[in-house]
Amino acid sequence: MPGNRRINQQRKRIRKRPGAIAVTSLGLASLLLTGCGPAESGTPTLTWYINPDAGGQAAIAELCTEEADGEYRIETSLLPNDAAAQREQLARRLAANDTSLDIMSIDPPFVPELATFLAPVPEDIAQSTTENTLEGALAGAKYEDKLVTVPFWANTQILWYRESVAEEAGLDMSQPVTWDQLMEVAAAQDVELGVQGSQAESMTVWINSLIESAGGTILENPEAPADEIELGLASDAGREAARIIGTIGDQGLGGPGLATSTEATSLTEFQGESGSFMVNYPFVWPATQGAVEGGSVDQAVLDDIGWALYPRVSEDEDSAPPLGGINLGVGASSDNPELAYQAVECIVQPENQTEYFLTNGNPPSSSEAYEDPRIEEQFPMAETIRESLENAAPRPQTPFYNEISSGLQQTWTPPEGVEPETTPEESADFITAVLRGERLL
Amino acid sequence: VTSAITKNPEAMKTEGRRNNDYSDRAKSERRLGWMLAGPAFIIMLAVTLYPILQAFFDSLYAFRLTAPDEREFVFIQNYVTILSDPVWWRDLLVTLLITVVTVAVELVLGFALALVMHRALKAVRGWLRTAILVPYGIITVVSAYAWFYAFDISSGYVNSWFDWVPGIDQDLNWFAQASTALPVIMASEIWKTTPFISLLLLAGLAQVPDELTEAAKVDGATWWEQMRKVIIPNMKAAIMVAVLFRALDAFRIFDNVFIMTNGQYGTEVLSLLAYRTSISRLEIGLGSAVSVLLFACVLLISFIAIKVFKVDLAGSTGGKR
Repeated sequence: MPGNRRINQQRKRIRKRPGAIAVTSLGLASLLLTGCGPAESGTPTLTWYINPDAGGQAAIAELCTEEADGEYRIETSLLPNDAAAQREQLARRLAANDTSLDIMSIDPPFVPELATFLAPVPEDIAQSTTENTLEGALAGAKYEDKLVTVPFWANTQILWYRESVAEEAGLDMSQPVTWDQLMEVAAAQDVELGVQGSQAESMTVWINSLIESAGGTILENPEAPADEIELGLASDAGREAARIIGTIGDQGLGGPGLATSTEATSLTEFQGESGSFMVNYPFVWPATQGAVEGGSVDQAVLDDIGWALYPRVSEDEDSAPPLGGINLGVGASSDNPELAYQAVECIVQPENQTEYFLTNGNPPSSSEAYEDPRIEEQFPMAETIRESLENAAPRPQTPFYNEISSGLQQTWTPPEGVEPETTPEESADFITAVLRGERLL
Repeated sequence: VTSAITKNPEAMKTEGRRNNDYSDRAKSERRLGWMLAGPAFIIMLAVTLYPILQAFFDSLYAFRLTAPDEREFVFIQNYVTILSDPVWWRDLLVTLLITVVTVAVELVLGFALALVMHRALKAVRGWLRTAILVPYGIITVVSAYAWFYAFDISSGYVNSWFDWVPGIDQDLNWFAQASTALPVIMASEIWKTTPFISLLLLAGLAQVPDELTEAAKVDGATWWEQMRKVIIPNMKAAIMVAVLFRALDAFRIFDNVFIMTNGQYGTEVLSLLAYRTSISRLEIGLGSAVSVLLFACVLLISFIAIKVFKVDLAGSTGGKR
């Protein structure tokens, strides 16, 4: 065949000239090293570092590239799977002044630490992107009272429950419930509470919400340098949080797997026979629907699932549910910060947030985005999520969040070892020693 | 591997003595040797020596990656902090425990497997070696996940298969305390790397001259006596190489612990501590100090092993006793 002959001839030619191979491979290597193919000349390319999702962010990137009409092009680049590893990669790149960090998807607790490496949000963009932002989500995007990132989508935990269990216990789920009520039901009916007791970020999420719900706060002075940080752990609110976690651990109300349970494992338990109440993120709904379609969970389980706001610590005080999600930041070393902020403005449009919720299951941070009727249809708990986001409390906002969080995780686990009289104080002492550089973590 | 190591020290000594009276041919061979090995040597220096020196330099500073302006020279303060912290000693203890237990068990199992491979009929030998080597061919992270999911309380099958064993029941959460998590981690490590040790031992077994065992047989030695008096003394060098390699490897254990427990509930090892301090906390100074100390531990193990190793080497080659 003529094609084959041509290839053979080429091979012969290459064989005769070893220099040619070297040149070609050098050329290829330099292409690989710079990561560039033939670029569209003239159109600046913005790189958006995204956390893994079901393809929603890539779709929005395409949409905004089209809308920009040649002004810029957005390319996505994938960050690692878990939030901690995402932070590690972003921090390392930002500290090295990586100019490719145009737009970044950042988990709210890491915002203060990375804030020094971010380009300031222009006034007009700050105005236009936060007009209808839910309160909790807005708080998570700020540091030292200034907007340093733009809220994109917001996550929160709500209380998922099995209607059959609540009914048998005679709980009126249209009214707010407290942790004490849930613990009573779990003890009386021999069912398991779905909480996350593993030595992981989910533990900090739980502790923070309990303390905030009890009217306290983990970090008293967020703006202080590391060696002057004061913690509000050894307080009534801290002891109350320790009492709840310790009781659930001690009495085995979280099941035998409590000490290693994460969001995913507590969902599995919740779908099982001993499922009762569970605090968890909205992914529970699409995940259970998927499991029903896949045949691993009965339709009856899905029909039995109800939802309510995050449980209260005290009867007469609103709960402060956990806050998560993704904010968008622009790197200070970016070659095109203005264009990047234009792109951010496009990305976080309420319509895009709505679409992202519908396709990827990640709730919007803008209240306007909840108005689309399709949302109510696909996510019947959307209203609860929206309300939860209004009350949600961010985790401690400090550049030393990682130390505080890891310190809490190490001292408040396993849950059965948590004692209201000693744990809060010990953990405060430990974390302050770590922050002063006197202890290893 | 063994023969190269057994011969080298002697050969090197002679070469050193006669450095000046090389023949032209030997000189040009030496030059060729340097030209061939030189580039690799320089690259090795660049990718290993430079980072080691950099880590040592960084370890003298209080330096957080996200606060580059606050970098401060603290001399040996980082080392003082680490060595006076119970976390370091706990992690060192866990690491040593894992090293000693896994290497000891692997040595026994590996020796048994090497014997089986050595004695197996020619027809099945190839199959047998492949089968034994399979775990070693699996990526550690993958095998760690496999073991994790087998023992995990919500998805594992071990609890329901082995609930007739005293102490194991449906509610046993293997990864919730060190006393049960560490054995799982060690078992996975043993399963994964025994083939490696058995290969090294097989090479040693193949070096034991048949005449010796035959002579022992003729003299009426039992199987155990042949083992103890002929085979094992003759493969001491191979055993020591295997132990040294595996001990160094086991001491740097990371993947299994990272996947199965991520160091929670007292299962943290030194590599994980170094990782968490440098990479997660971004404390480059403190983290580098942990890495330097870890490196010092590895050096110490090598030093001790090679000292011991040398004695055995002389014994096995019939030299000084």
